[in-house]
Order: sequence, then C-alpha cells, then structure tokens
Amino acid sequence: MIPASFDYVRAESVDEAIGLLSEHGDDAKLLAGGHSLLPLMKLRLAQPAMLIDIGHLRELSYVKEEKGYVCVGALTRHHDLANSLVARASAPVLAHVAGQIGDPQVRHRGTIGGSIAHGDPASDLPAALLALGGSLVVQGPNGIREIDANDFFLSFFEVALTPEEVLIEVRVPRSEGQWGFEKLTKRAMDWAIVGALAVRTSNGVGVALINMGPVPMHARAVEAALASGANASDAAQHAAEGTEPSADFNGSVAYRRHVAKVLVGRALKTAGV
Amino acid sequence: MSILGNRVVRREDPKFLTVGGTYVADLDLPGSVYLTFVRSSMAHAKLLSVDTSGAKAMPGVVAVYTNDDLGIARMPTIMGMTNEAMTQPMLASGTVRYVGEPIVAIVAESREIAADALEAVVVEYEPLTVVIDPAEARKDNDLLFPDAGTNTTFTLDFGGDEALFDDCEVVVELTLINQRVAPCPMEGRSAAAHMTKDGRLEFNSATQAPHGVRDGLAGFLGLEPDKVHVVTPDVGGGFGAKASVYPEDIVVGWCAVHLGRPVRWTETRSESMLGLGHGRAQLQHVRMGGTRGGVISAYRIDVLQDCGAYPAFGAVLPFMTRVMTSGPYKIPKAEFGSVSVVTNSTPTTAYRGAGRPEATAAIERTMDVFAREIEMDPAELRRRNLIGKDEFPYTTPTETVYDVGDYHQALELALEVAGYDELRAKQARRRASGDPIQIGIGLSCYVEITNGLPDGEFGAVEVRPDGKIIVRTGTSPHGQGHVTAWSMLVAEQMGVPIEDIEVIYGDTDVVPRGAGTMGSRSLQIGGAAVNQAAVDVVEKAKDLAADLFEADREDIVLDKSNASFHVIGTPAVSKSWGELAKAAVAKDGNPLFAEVDLASPGPTFPFGTHISVVEVDVETGKVTLLRHIAVDDAGRILNPLLAEGQVHGGIAQGVAQALLEEVVYDPDGNPLTSTFADYSFISAAELPSFETRFTETPTPINALGAKGIGESGTIGSTPALHNAVCDAVAHLGVRHVDMPTTPIRVWNAINDAAPHHDAKNTTKKGGR
Ligand SMILES: Cc1cc2nc3c(=O)[nH]c(=O)nc-3n(C[C@H](O)[C@H](O)[C@H](O)COP(=O)(O)OP(=O)(O)OC[C@H]3O[C@@H](n4cnc5c(N)ncnc54)[C@H](O)[C@@H]3O)c2cc1C
Repeated sequence: MIPASFDYVRAESVDEAIGLLSEHGDDAKLLAGGHSLLPLMKLRLAQPAMLIDIGHLRELSYVKEEKGYVCVGALTRHHDLANSLVARASAPVLAHVAGQIGDPQVRHRGTIGGSIAHGDPASDLPAALLALGGSLVVQGPNGIREIDANDFFLSFFEVALTPEEVLIEVRVPRSEGQWGFEKLTKRAMDWAIVGALAVRTSNGVGVALINMGPVPMHARAVEAALASGANASDAAQHAAEGTEPSADFNGSVAYRRHVAKVLVGRALKTAGV
Repeated sequence: MSILGNRVVRREDPKFLTVGGTYVADLDLPGSVYLTFVRSSMAHAKLLSVDTSGAKAMPGVVAVYTNDDLGIARMPTIMGMTNEAMTQPMLASGTVRYVGEPIVAIVAESREIAADALEAVVVEYEPLTVVIDPAEARKDNDLLFPDAGTNTTFTLDFGGDEALFDDCEVVVELTLINQRVAPCPMEGRSAAAHMTKDGRLEFNSATQAPHGVRDGLAGFLGLEPDKVHVVTPDVGGGFGAKASVYPEDIVVGWCAVHLGRPVRWTETRSESMLGLGHGRAQLQHVRMGGTRGGVISAYRIDVLQDCGAYPAFGAVLPFMTRVMTSGPYKIPKAEFGSVSVVTNSTPTTAYRGAGRPEATAAIERTMDVFAREIEMDPAELRRRNLIGKDEFPYTTPTETVYDVGDYHQALELALEVAGYDELRAKQARRRASGDPIQIGIGLSCYVEITNGLPDGEFGAVEVRPDGKIIVRTGTSPHGQGHVTAWSMLVAEQMGVPIEDIEVIYGDTDVVPRGAGTMGSRSLQIGGAAVNQAAVDVVEKAKDLAADLFEADREDIVLDKSNASFHVIGTPAVSKSWGELAKAAVAKDGNPLFAEVDLASPGPTFPFGTHISVVEVDVETGKVTLLRHIAVDDAGRILNPLLAEGQVHGGIAQGVAQALLEEVVYDPDGNPLTSTFADYSFISAAELPSFETRFTETPTPINALGAKGIGESGTIGSTPALHNAVCDAVAHLGVRHVDMPTTPIRVWNAINDAAPHHDAKNTTKKGGR
C-alpha cells in the first residue's frame, strides 16, 4: 500500500510534458487522475521512477463542438463530461457512460484521457469511443497526429501511443441518435463483468463490448448482421462471436458470452433498433 | 417525563461530524518507529531460510526480528478447548500455514522505509501440500500440524438418535455453505506503544476489549498487569474481529519494551484482509422432518467449521451455533454435531453474530425448502411451528433456555408491514408474464442469544463537588453510542441533564475492570451495571441528605425535575448533587461514589422476523434488493435511534453476505479477494431504505428489560435475502442457490435446473 519511491514533476504545459517524457523515456509515466495508475503503484505492480503530473492542465479540460465533432480534452474528468451540456446535447451516450463509471470519487478524479490511454478492456469509455466511431488526437515531439479509435487499442493494456506522446483530445462524431448502454456489475461502483453499448449513428448501428477480450472491442458480427438486415434479437445472438473473454470468479467464459448476447439485445432494444 | 425510550441524538456525533475522531494512527508520538511485517506469500510451506541481512543493512531500519529473536510463548488454545499442538507462534516458525502469516518483524524510522525493507527480506520456501477445502482437511490426508496427527481441533456432538426421522412423513435434506467473509471494519488493526517514564507500557489499541489486551500483553511479555496501561482512542469498528489479541499486538508491545522508543503499527487494508480474522466459514448438512400438514418434528444439523490455519475463536463458534440449533421453533427433537478443522487460510474468529447467524441461516433456509416440499406458504409453515408466547421460559432440545418472547407478533407485524399477500399476488403476475425480471420474497424468523458467554460488567458513577457526574464503564464502545445511552440511564436515575454527565471507557487505568463490547452484551449487562451504580449513588446521597437535614432517611426524596434532594413535604429546602458530593468528602474524605460489578444473570434471547423482497434478472442472474423489512424485539428499547442504527448496520452486513461478500481462495491457497476492488464490500447504492419496526417484550433478567440489539440485524437479514433469491427462481426449478447469490451463481443455478425443469414443467415456462 506504500508505493516504491519515485520522482515527481508537475508539467506546466503539454510541451513540457512531452519534453520530460522524451528525456526520461520508459522510466517516466504521465499522471492524470491517478485512479488507474496509483492503485497499481500502491500494490507495487507499477514502479515508475518518475511521475509527470498533467492532472491540473486546464487547457486540456474542455468539451466543445467543432465541425460536427464533439471534442473532449484528455484531462476532462468523468464528472465534468457527464455533466457537460455540450456532451449531453451532442453525444449524450458519452455523457451517460461517463456518469456510470465507478463512484462519485472516481468520477471526480478520473479523466477520459487516462481511461483511454490506460487501455483497460474493462473500462467503459473506450466502448463508447468505438461505437461512436471516434478518434484520438495525440501530440509528440514531432507534432500532432490523429489516430482512429479502431487502430488505437493494440493488445492487453497496450495502446498506439509512443512513450513520448501525450493524448490531448478525444473526438467523436456528433451523435444525437438513440442509444442503449448495459453494464452488468455486482455493485454500482464495480467495473463491468460484461458491458454492451449500441448507438445509432449516420453510418449505421455501432455496437461495442466491455470486458469481452484483451482489448475494448466492437461487436463486429452484430454490426454486420444489422447491416445486412437482421433484426435486433437475431443480431444480438452474434454478440459473442470473435470475443475472447477471460474467466474469473465473477464469470466463466460461457457466462460472459451468454451475458454479452443478453446485454447487446437489451442495448439494441433501448437504442430502438 | 422519562428520558428513556426517546430518540436522544448521539452525544458522540458532533465531534465525528466536525473535527473527526482520533484513531490510534492519529496519535502524536514523537520519536516513533514503525513496525511492519513480512508476510507469507505461500499458503503452506517449509521455511528453508529467511535472509534479513539486506533489510538490516538499509539506512533507517532500526531492527529486524524473526520468531527466535522474540522468545515469546505461542498463542494459547481457545478456552482450553482447541488442540494444543495447533497454536500459533508470534511469527512463523519453521512452517508457514496461510498467505499473510507474519514471518519477520521490521522496525524502521518511517512506514516508507519499512515498506522498502520488506522487499529486501529474502524468504526461501519449500512448498507443502495446500489444504484449502475443509472437507478435504477433515480427511486428514495432508496435515497442517503433523504433530497433532489430525486436522480436527474441536468437536461437538449433541444427540445421536438413529430413529430421529423415523416418524416423519416428509424429510428434506440440504447442504449449505455459510461462506467465509471478512469483517472489514473501517479502521484496521492498529497499535501504538511506548514505555512511560515510570516504567510502564502504555499501549494504544484499536480494540473492543482493552482489559483483555492489557492482560494479554502482561501475560505474554511477563509484566504485572498494573505495569500495562491500555487506552483505546476512537475505534473504527470491530464486529467481533477486534475482540481478541493478535500476535502482531504482542510484537508491538515487545518492541516498545525492547527498543525503548514509541513503536507503532497500522495495518494496510490489504494486510487487514489477510490478517484480521475472518468470519462464518461453515459447511452445513441439514435435515428436517415433519408432517405434510406442516408440523416440524425433527431437525439435525452437522457443521464443518473452517478454522483457518490456527484455531482462533472461530474454532469454537459451533458452540454458539449449537445453542441456537432449533431457532424459534417448537421442534420436539433437534440434534447438533460439529467438527472444526484447520485449513491453509486466515484464522477465523467472531464476526457479528458469531455462530448464531450460521444457525439461523441453516434452519431458515431449510424451512423454505420444507415449505416448498409440502407446498405450503413459507409464512404459514413458520406460523404453525413458532414457539407460543405462553411457553416461556422455553427449553429447547439442545438445552438452551429462552427467557421470553412473542415470536408470532413479530412475524405477523412483518407480514403486515411488507403487505405480504399483495407481494405474493404481484409475484404470481410477474411469473405469469414471463418477464425476465422476477420477484422473490424471503422470510426469516430468528431468535438469538446476547451476552452468550455470560460475563459480568463493571459500572461506576461518581458525583463531583461541582455537580458533574462521571460514569465509568467496562464496556468499550466503537460506534455503538454508549456515551449517549449510559448518559440517558444516569440522567433517568439521578435527574441530572445529560450534558452534565461524562462517560469514561477504554482506559485501563481509569476503569479498573471490564469485559468490553462484543456479543451484543453492552446494554443488558454494562448498561445495567451503570444503571445500578446510579441507583446506588442515589441511595448514598439519601443517607447524606438525611444527615444534613437531620431527617428520617425514609423521608428524603430526590426531585428529578431539578436534580435535588429534600425532605418530603418541604421542597423549598433542598440540597443539590454538588452539595451532597461536598458533604461526602467532608464526612470521610471519600467522594460520593458507587461502583458495581454486576454479575451476569445469564443471557437473553432477542428475536424477530425479517422479510426481503428482491428482483432477479433471470437472464443475467443479477439480484436487486427492493425492500427489506425488519421487525426486531430486543426487549425494552432505551433509545430507538441507537437501536435502529444497530439494526441498519446489521442488515447491511447481513444482506452483503447473502448477496455479495465472500473471501475466495484459489486451490493453491492464494487469496483472490484481498482488496476492496475484488472483495465486494456492500455500498449504499445496493441498499434500499430499510423498513424497521420494534416490538418490545421486556426480559425479566435485568432491571432495564433490555436485550441485545447489536447483531440481530445481521442474524435476521441474511436468510431473508437468501430465501428471497431462491424464491424468485424457484418456479424455474431451482431448489437452492449458494451464497453469495452473485449473478454467475444465480445464473448457473437457473441453467443447471433448466433441463430438468423443461422436462417437467414445459407449460409453466411460458413466454421465456
Ligand atoms: C474504485 C475504482 C472504480 C473504477 N470503476 C471504473 C468503471 O466502472 N469503469 C471505468 O471505465 N473505469 C473505472 N475506473 C477507472 C477510472 O475511470 C480511471 O480514472 C481511469 O481508468 C484512468 O484515468 P486517470 O485519469 O485516473 O488515469 P491515471 O491513473 O492517471 O493514468 C492511467 C494511465 O494512463 C496514462 N495517461 C493518463 N493520461 C494520459 C494522457 N493524457 N496521455 C497519455 N497517457 C496518459 C498514465 O500514464 C497511466 O499509464 C475505476 C477506478 C477506481 C479506482
């Protein structure tokens, strides 16, 4: 419960954070809300030699609408996203999902950037990002690039950020369409045993799954079935295809596969599919 | 007007709600060093070597000890009843027997240094066969203590009638898991000790029993008890698990004596999940027999108690289960047997209810199964078998004598508050509709025992010359509200405002004796002792007043409306408490003071009925608690606010056991639930507002008519919720779901029942 010793620097800008990351390489870690990183450090499962604190960078805390996109600064707290009028109007599913994360304390500290950069397949916001067809804006020593959400989650807790890059913004296409979000938990504050999200977008129905494999993922087979005209309950039967859920005392593989179908079915129903 | 029975707000709360409490870890002890423990990462292994040289060489490390350095005796057996070859050393010696067992003690200048030093200790293990399943342990194939020649440490056998069920038309049989849970007080174990200038050991402890800690320390460290001074600052809960002394406590005291510096130790949550005793952990085999008309005539329960690696209090708790074998029912023949075995897991100890919730869970779950078997409403089956209110004192087949009760009244009131018939109608409609969200209704009638190991208690009341009243009590509150409750008792007897009363506890120098707070004993014995002391002090004051007024002793009256004494008929001439206190000192130098060591008149038996209403999502197995109705009878209620507080907390914990909580080990004995992310400690979001009612059937055994209320919430609620979940899916062919009724368990049960159900009841399945 006491982390190994580390150095701490408070970066005053994104550029400074990138400079520090370039200087310290793998030994350094960005600290945003700390609600994924600090628990790992307290258990000594992570022992970074240096923390570069970007948690207070106000310039990265915003929700705005631009050219048909809702743009969320990477340091926007879950609570602020959940209560953002812009998000509620133009990407209500994103606001809703943010409001379901953990408990109030977690939502007041945790950030969307941390949640996405951490790459935890049990996290909720990545599913929303995938279902909405969003993208990530990242900045590194060589400038800014944009990564499609589909190309971002590489493998278990591994994302397409280089060690010198900072995630600065999360963008999703404006989406006022109907949506459904289903999260099966034991307690309100828990991570999903399984979660499912469906949203009607201009490109069809986006469906994503939480905790059904090593990475946050689309329910591709469901999306395809819907695209080829299947009805919601038939499409939902494909929810477990292509997934690789793990087993633990909260659920066997068979259980998770079953629940994925149930939850996708319900999410589609709520989304009016 | 009497203050008793009123919702007097807690005198304790302004502090907690403003500046906050002061816990052991908050104490300012300049020059402190910090103790921490290297704990076993293996469930069962020989210690081949323990290399502490790296830790010793680290700057800031003050001392590193293994068991051989300490030379302290092993923990004793439990009340002489457990196996002598199975006692625990202070630090592991030769063999480790559970993950989390302390192996090395490290003292450092800071907690941080100590945490780093832990990692520098190299322990070489040689794995031994791990025994984690108590049923395996019982077979004695692999022994935790080869010298003992067995894994069994304590047995009970009550009855053995081979013809027990011979006359029964119907016999049901059930195997139940009363799973291992973690008590999870907000504050873990914590101690801070130092030697005072006059050569005494001052020991601050987060305990429920300061005098027990004093005697334990004195015994282990070879000190006279009066050379040990134990103080409890605010204590953040205990639930029974902090009622006993742990090896770590003794090591803290030893280090303070040997290092001559203040030594402090506060466990982390992850340590607490492995080191603080666990609760429950019974495997139960139950049989119940009776007539098709719903008369239960025979019952037998066999318990396999998991003691964890070293028999602690949990090993003997089947004794309390035995006491409550037949519950609130008039069952002519009832038997009990138990075997307590050691396994490679955290030792088990008392946890809120301590043996009684296990008894209630067994019989209440079985009542529902029996009711289903004879197709009778579970409320009706209970109604037909409860002991009648005219049958007290009632002696059960396992020779427990219940003092007094009106069990039917509690049942009927609970049914009325719940709107039982309407609930059943709603359930029927929901079933017929084939909705994936089904409704379950669960009942639990309970009776339990408080102050079950009947200790007496100390209480004293002193009147100061300024009129202030000092109350000393041997109980040791840690959330219960004794300051408020004892003030009310004293105010009632003496007529003084509660603001003028100071209640002192948790300091062995100021309170000479005390058993502490556990087993729901405090009001019925500790409160009664304080009450008696107040009565006695009034009598002494009357003697003094008679002298001062030169009046007849019999003519002295205490006017409680203005806290003064006068001679009957002449209220204008009066003496205040302060004046009498001064008179007492003037007379013989002694304060106006009364001290009582109230011997226990025996235990009491609170009772009640709880009803849970749940929704179960039959497609995912997820259970949602909609309502929980609790009718509890703890005799006369001193302060409904405090009593409700006890009931609320108890329900939350009891519901949590039925719904969520379980300590899980993998087959290698690795704990899988040592953080609150994995151990499903319940939160407010999972709980509805509770509907609580009290009936009051005063006990004749104490002057207050009071029974205990601290554990009844836990005892009554677990089976009510458990029954509700099983009831919600009963129509799908599910007979039983083990606790905790997590989504996966409920879903598995539905799934396992499905084929059988399909064959038998295709029509009923309807739209699903
Ligand atoms: C009790 C509890 C319950 C929770 N429940 C849920 C839940 O139900 N659902 C859910 O989705 N999440 C849950 N979380 C996780 C929570 O949402 C975290 O806040 C989030 O996952 C991480 O965000 P953070 O800002 O705290 O990141 P941090 O912990 O600060 O960082 C996480 C990782 O991301 C990196 N990082 C952070 N920001 C950036 C950036 N801008 N650019 C590049 N890298 C960055 C860090 O270096 C680190 O490796 C829970 C957490 C807790 C403690």
